[in-house]
Amino acid sequence: MLADRPQPGRSPTEAPRPEPKIFHHSFAADPLSVRFALRTALARFLRQLSQDEAGTLELVLAEVLNNIVEHGYGDTGNGTITLSLVRDHRGLSCSISDDGVELPHSCLDLGIDDSLRPAPDTLPEGGFGWFLIRDLVEELGYHRENGRNLLAFRLPLKPGSIS
Amino acid sequence: MNLYAESRGGALVVSVNEERLDAAIAIRFKERMREVTSQPGGRVVLDMSQVEFLDSSGLGAVVAVMKSLTPDRRLELAGLTANVERVFRLTRMDTVFVMHEDVEAALRAGLRHVG
Repeated sequence: MLADRPQPGRSPTEAPRPEPKIFHHSFAADPLSVRFALRTALARFLRQLSQDEAGTLELVLAEVLNNIVEHGYGDTGNGTITLSLVRDHRGLSCSISDDGVELPHSCLDLGIDDSLRPAPDTLPEGGFGWFLIRDLVEELGYHRENGRNLLAFRLPLKPGSIS
Repeated sequence: MNLYAESRGGALVVSVNEERLDAAIAIRFKERMREVTSQPGGRVVLDMSQVEFLDSSGLGAVVAVMKSLTPDRRLELAGLTANVERVFRLTRMDTVFVMHEDVEAALRAGLRHVG
C-alpha cells in the first residue's frame, strides 16, 4: 500500500506508524483464556474499527470461541484454539482452528433456516450463537482435515479506515 | 461475580458490577441472582449500566433469571450500554423485556403504575 512506503522528503522517524494488520494467537480452550484472547484481539484493531464494528467483532469471536470451548472440547478440559485475524481492504478475515470434535453440519445450516431461529416469546435461554454469527459475517466456511477444524469468515468493515 | 442489591421504591434494584456478562460468568450470575431474589418482593430492576459486553451465554442467563422469578414478579432492565442493547436487538429479545434508560427512570415508571 502506498502509505506504507517511506514518503519522499520525510525522515523515517516522522513517517506515521502503520496500523497493525495481522493478529495471531494460540490459547487454552477455557472461558477465561477466551476472555483474554478477545481483549487482546480487540486492543490490536481498536483504532481501525468504529465502536459498532468493535462490538460486532467481539460478539462474533466470543460466539465462535465459546462454542469450541463448550462443544468442541466439551468435558475433556484441555485443548488449544488458534485465532488469526488479517485486516485487508474489504474487512477483517478471521480464521479459527481447533483439534476438538467435528462441527456438526447442522450448526452451519442452523443459521440459514429461519424457522429454527429461537423465538423470543418462548423465552429461549440459548441457541442464539450460530444465528448471530450467520447474521453478522460474510463468506462463512468450514473445513475439517486431519482431525483439525478450520472455520473462516470475513467481517465486513466500512472502507477508508485503513492506510 | 459482583452484584449489589437494594430495595428502592418498592423494587429490588440489582446492580451488575461487572464489565462483562459472558460465558465465563453466566452460571455464577444465575446462582447469585437466585440468592438475591430468594426473598419475596416487588419487581426486580437489573441495572446493567456497568456491563460493556454481553454474549449469548450472558443473554441466556438474563432470560433464565427472568423465568426463575415467581410469575407475579417482573424482571426489568435498566441502563443498557449500546453494545449490550445491540445483542438484545439482534436476537429480538428486546421485545420480551421491559427496558428503561436508567434506574431512576425504572423507579419513576413503577410509581406511575402504582398511581
